[in-house]
Amino acid sequence: MQETTTINNFKSEEYFINMGPQHPATHGVLRLLLTIDGEIIKKVEPDLGYIHRSIEKMCERDSYQQIVHLTDRMDYLSSHINNEAVCLTVEKALELEVPDRVKVIRTIIGELTRIASHCLWWGVMGMDVGALTTYFYGFRDREMINDIFEETCGARLTMNYNVPGGLMWDIHPNFVNRVKKFIVHFKTKIPEFDRLLTENIIFQKRTKGVGVLSKEDAISFGASGPVARASGYSCDVRKYHPYSALDKVTFTEALQTQGDTFARYVVRIQELWESLSIVEQLIDNIPEGEHRVATNAVIKLPKGEYYQKVETARGELGVYVVSTGTKNPYRLKFRSPGFSNLSLLNHIAVGGKIGDLVATMATLDLVIPDIDR
Amino acid sequence: MPETAAQITEMIIIAIIYLGIFSVAGLFLVFMERRVAAWFQLRIGPNRVGYQGLLQTMADALKLVSKELTGTVKADKFLYNLAPYFVIISSLMALGLIPFSKSFQAFDINIGIFFLIAVSSIGVIGILLGGWASNNKYSLIGAMRSGVQTISYELSVGLSLLTMVLLTGSLQLSEMVEVQKHGWLILQGHIPAVIAFMVFMIAGTAETNRAPFDMVEAESELGAGFHTEYSGMKFAYFFLAEFINMFIIAAIATTVFFGAWLSPFGITESLPWLGIIWFLIKTFALVFLMMWFRWTFPRLRVDQLLTLEWKYLLPINLVNIVVMALIVWQKLTIQF
Amino acid sequence: MTNAALKELIGSWFPNPEVPVDDKPEKGISEVQEPQEPQPSSLLEFTEEGSEFLNIIVPATHLHALMLKLKTHPDTHFNYLFCLTGMDWEPALGVVYHLESTEHRHMVVVKVKTEDRDNPNFDSVSDIWRTAEFHEREVYDFFGIKFNNHPNLKRLFLTDEWDGFPLRKDYVDDINMVIK
Repeated sequence: MQETTTINNFKSEEYFINMGPQHPATHGVLRLLLTIDGEIIKKVEPDLGYIHRSIEKMCERDSYQQIVHLTDRMDYLSSHINNEAVCLTVEKALELEVPDRVKVIRTIIGELTRIASHCLWWGVMGMDVGALTTYFYGFRDREMINDIFEETCGARLTMNYNVPGGLMWDIHPNFVNRVKKFIVHFKTKIPEFDRLLTENIIFQKRTKGVGVLSKEDAISFGASGPVARASGYSCDVRKYHPYSALDKVTFTEALQTQGDTFARYVVRIQELWESLSIVEQLIDNIPEGEHRVATNAVIKLPKGEYYQKVETARGELGVYVVSTGTKNPYRLKFRSPGFSNLSLLNHIAVGGKIGDLVATMATLDLVIPDIDR
Repeated sequence: MPETAAQITEMIIIAIIYLGIFSVAGLFLVFMERRVAAWFQLRIGPNRVGYQGLLQTMADALKLVSKELTGTVKADKFLYNLAPYFVIISSLMALGLIPFSKSFQAFDINIGIFFLIAVSSIGVIGILLGGWASNNKYSLIGAMRSGVQTISYELSVGLSLLTMVLLTGSLQLSEMVEVQKHGWLILQGHIPAVIAFMVFMIAGTAETNRAPFDMVEAESELGAGFHTEYSGMKFAYFFLAEFINMFIIAAIATTVFFGAWLSPFGITESLPWLGIIWFLIKTFALVFLMMWFRWTFPRLRVDQLLTLEWKYLLPINLVNIVVMALIVWQKLTIQF
Repeated sequence: MTNAALKELIGSWFPNPEVPVDDKPEKGISEVQEPQEPQPSSLLEFTEEGSEFLNIIVPATHLHALMLKLKTHPDTHFNYLFCLTGMDWEPALGVVYHLESTEHRHMVVVKVKTEDRDNPNFDSVSDIWRTAEFHEREVYDFFGIKFNNHPNLKRLFLTDEWDGFPLRKDYVDDINMVIK
């Protein structure tokens, strides 16, 4: 710590600064211990646990239906996909085949969740680099999706729409129409996003060449989602381990090779288009059928270990269930994308300025309850 | 009453009138900014207190006055309390020179422009003091950034105004306006004047620490920068000073480039009292321009900020002065 | 690679020293042993029971060597550690590593366990996969398993003063835990 550097007879000393747990750029209760030399970051050490609720321990005493509810509270911006992950694991263990209708609806809502999450991220990204107006533009479109969700499942954020064996209710009669309206609306809005922020020269100067992550490091750090794909590491779970109706749609995985903050930004904008196209392919072809298959009131998984990966808006979420054949899991582990993505922050932020750190952190798109679980 | 006493009394009365007018004007600017921001951001903005929310910022000011003053225990109390006054006084002082109309100008001294630049750069001392005395690392970083930024951009502000002084041949503001009766300076000096105007607006925005140059506050990086530890009325001083400074920059630009209270092509020359209206219209148009910057641009990084000044604006400015000198020498100015 | 091929390849890296290697003739040992359970030919134990992946159970002493080999061997090339889970199998404590190769797209699960509940420790794999640094800190935090050669082994989520390791099955906390 007391390392002193001397440049042209000027002594400079490094000092500590606390970023968080209450800081606008950490988006929640993340605390970063920064070691700084003037404005230059020397070390970033995350201090976690401010919102740890020990969901994994709670899961050990809960039934599988109850566990689904807890996953909403992890990555609250992709709550539907989290729910889906647990339901898929349970269905895989029970060897339960859910109806096609369920699969398609799950995928549509999952992709809408991704769009909503990326809209919020886009707004916050702009805010972090100082353009406050983007926040409201992002929220405008996210609000439309949330309204659609509210109509179908009664909740806007922690949706809880999935249950093991299907969906809690069938979709609202307006659902298809409203989603179609949204697709038309949003297609005109993504170019607006580009005009406001992507093409701005200051924004490009702020983000290009900042926080560069190489492909090898991305894999070694276990990065996933847009963070990894911006480094040219093709890792989309939807491509490699397709689940629900994702094997029925065609989409190209958003990939960039520069690995810098701007590449991560561009990947997410491309994902908005991809998700929109997935929804568009499925929305007209929702098969008729049951929205749920009956399961036992008390679900007991056969003895064994089950692992299910899904792609949330932030990356790869893994659910690892160890069952001994009782109604509770013996051990349940969530492999959360944010946790691994956070671990590489120190690696890519060192050497940059405070402003770079904020921009880099914005493109990691951290959701703290997802990391703290 | 002896003559000196009468003069002093006159000054005090004028000062009080100015203080009254501009505190209210500052609050109105805050209100305007909020409505403009809302307009940019698909919102309505404050519209409940008073007609269309006009009294909203009054209510906010009342709230701030009645708030408890908090501060850090280990702060340097004397400097901590002194800092906001430096900032607010320096910005109020500059107002005295602005020629709102032919008869509405408190001081018309012969070094007018020079005085304006000098006074408006005192404010940075307040910011540095505030950041240092708060005993908070974020405040200190903010204050240091402010020091670097103001010292750098002061050059561009000064040089771009100097370019225009070449045209007028006087630093006195009333004389500068007089010269513009033959066409606003931005027309008289045509190309170099337009360049000088653009440089002035960029540097002026930077000097008032407003986005995209708000490195000093940079809420997503430093919390609130130098005024993190200030609350209540002391915070309000910093806040108000920012808006008055914005007004001053716009007012200087109006005076130097757009003919102050002169109407375009002299269309209302017979009605001199309209001068103040013209002045305010021009100034608020420029204020709106600065708000437009703020609500559309992202923030620069601190090293990019310095690169912009030292590698681009300053060389452009120096060349521009030479060009302007040549134009004046060869009498290539446009005059009506 | 298929699970069977993986099993054969990985098994050959750690031959069991107690099992005589077939192609060398035994010399001088004339006494005929009682027919015992057939000794496994490898130090590693393989199972696919109750899991979709190939499970490898490795003795703690060989953990780091195996992991390094799994990552660097061109045929396995498990360069992506996507999940690292602490486990309490009453009474054994252990760690489960989920590995995937981004090149070959095959997956494998490595398990390691110890009976020592007071001072469990394994070799850290954070020098092989950087992501393990945080995941091992999490395991240390909740299970009290120490990792040798870890660059920064301290509590991640809980405070340094926290008593006990919450995700162990024998952890008791009357105030914070609701037991049904």
